[in-house]
Amino acid sequence: MLSLSVVQNALEVGFIYALVALALFLSYSILDIADLTTDGSFTLGCAVSATVCIAGHSVLALPAAMLAGALAGFVTAFLQTRLGVPSILAGIVTNTGLYTINLAVMGFSSNLALFNTDTIFSMAKNPLSPVFGSWYKLVIAAAITLVICVFIVLFLGTRLGISIRATGDNADMVRASSINTTTMITIGLCLANAMTSLSGAVLAQYNKSADINLGTGMVVIGLASLIIGQTLVGKGSMKRCVLAVLVGSVLYRFIIAIALKVNIPAECLKLVSAIIVGFAIALPSLKDWAAFQKKRVAAGRGKGDV
Amino acid sequence: MLELTNVSKTFNPGTVNEKTAISHLNFKLEDGDFVTIVGSNGAGKSTLFNAIAGSFYVDEGTIYLDGKNFTYLPEYRRAKVIGRLFQDPLKGTAPHMTIEENLSLAYLRTAKPGFASFSRVSKKEKEMFREHLSLLGMHLEDRMRHPVGLLSGGQRQALTLLMATIVTPKLLLLDEHTAALDPGTAEKVLELTRSIISERKISCMMVTHNMHQALDLGNRTLMMSDGSIVLDLKGEERKGLTVEDLLQKFRQKANKSLDNDRILLSSLETE
Repeated sequence: MLSLSVVQNALEVGFIYALVALALFLSYSILDIADLTTDGSFTLGCAVSATVCIAGHSVLALPAAMLAGALAGFVTAFLQTRLGVPSILAGIVTNTGLYTINLAVMGFSSNLALFNTDTIFSMAKNPLSPVFGSWYKLVIAAAITLVICVFIVLFLGTRLGISIRATGDNADMVRASSINTTTMITIGLCLANAMTSLSGAVLAQYNKSADINLGTGMVVIGLASLIIGQTLVGKGSMKRCVLAVLVGSVLYRFIIAIALKVNIPAECLKLVSAIIVGFAIALPSLKDWAAFQKKRVAAGRGKGDV
Repeated sequence: MLELTNVSKTFNPGTVNEKTAISHLNFKLEDGDFVTIVGSNGAGKSTLFNAIAGSFYVDEGTIYLDGKNFTYLPEYRRAKVIGRLFQDPLKGTAPHMTIEENLSLAYLRTAKPGFASFSRVSKKEKEMFREHLSLLGMHLEDRMRHPVGLLSGGQRQALTLLMATIVTPKLLLLDEHTAALDPGTAEKVLELTRSIISERKISCMMVTHNMHQALDLGNRTLMMSDGSIVLDLKGEERKGLTVEDLLQKFRQKANKSLDNDRILLSSLETE
């Protein structure tokens, strides 16, 4: 049904976007904060990556994008922990401001093309393609994402990682255990947005272009991937959760590929994502409702309807 | 060791909901004191604990612990030397994390800032956690990898007690920590509390609504009313005191009778 090139493309993009899902795993699942900086910091990653690439440093573009993303995360964290802005609003405020910043990074143009510049993919083509053939892009994308995944799993097992997890689980208890929740939220959001930006940075080089609207709706796409993964792979140990993120992100890309295959217009994909996320988050409530109705019907039958 | 001077706290000042929770309170805790605190609802017992633990800063007055000025120290920094248990067993532990991870968090009090944050909990430390857990007598040492959310309220409260004392605190605050447990479990958690406090000579303050507990436990009893300490019983004066005496004294001092059902019920139990 799906051609090999479509599968290959879904895997490549799936691994690249997995970093966004991983970022949301950290902010949404672990810290229990819906971080709406995501859209803006994804575009920020694209913009920084494209600009640094054009300056001739395609490898340096990745850490540069991560640093920029971490700064965006810091702003959101600062707004909500120090200035009392509600967490969702803090993300929206940063996200709005980032639009201008992103334009500025791209020299006030709404898109940048990377056709005559080296990217990490074009640089890797010659050394890798003799071994991997046309799969060399997947190797790069997967390698970057897997390194970050391993880092996150290891990090969440450290004393600092445990403290961040506990902050999202029971902030009262964390404060009573001598841990500064402000610091933990700040570190968590910096790290999450650094990953989101990295995802944008890799994608810009993969697409050979950066666009100011690339990040729009990214938070929903990331959440969809996260929820699909957690539903199929389940939660549990940190290893399992991170695996779920990877599986979810790749599967999401396959769902999109299939949707395109059955001629759903590309313009409708955001609506499809929104429905998936809305439905998946509502699932526990729907289950409860269904169970209650069943119980009610059963009880009614026993007594005879009034 | 703990010294509160002229401490006041008013909530919602300048509004119709203005409430002076503690006013010009003076109190000194000696090393190794185990103080029980009784009083009606709204007497300021929990506010006193919140002020000591740093859940908010006081409007007036100073708080010193071991000669160090704590008045404007943030809560998480005070928590390095102050252990605290709440009435709600869910408040003291992280439900989605394992017993081992919860204990590691509590043990962070010993960690030095900086690169130690990136280290992991060592085998030796895990072994130490296991030993401590076995002392609770709840077989939790065999369930160290289980999420805390699976434990019963009593088990969670016992674990919280262990977490609050695994690094010996200078001061332990117990806010009715057995009130939400069934009588058998409450007795067990109380027994654990008693043994840990006496073994390690921890200075402790405990809020209770049980008048027998207030007199049985510790070496000193405070009675609070309307944000002040109205009665401070210790030494000879406290010895041989009955629950009825205590109620009588309260009526005299606070110029009203205790209006708390739980206190009255607990005092009826003996008759």
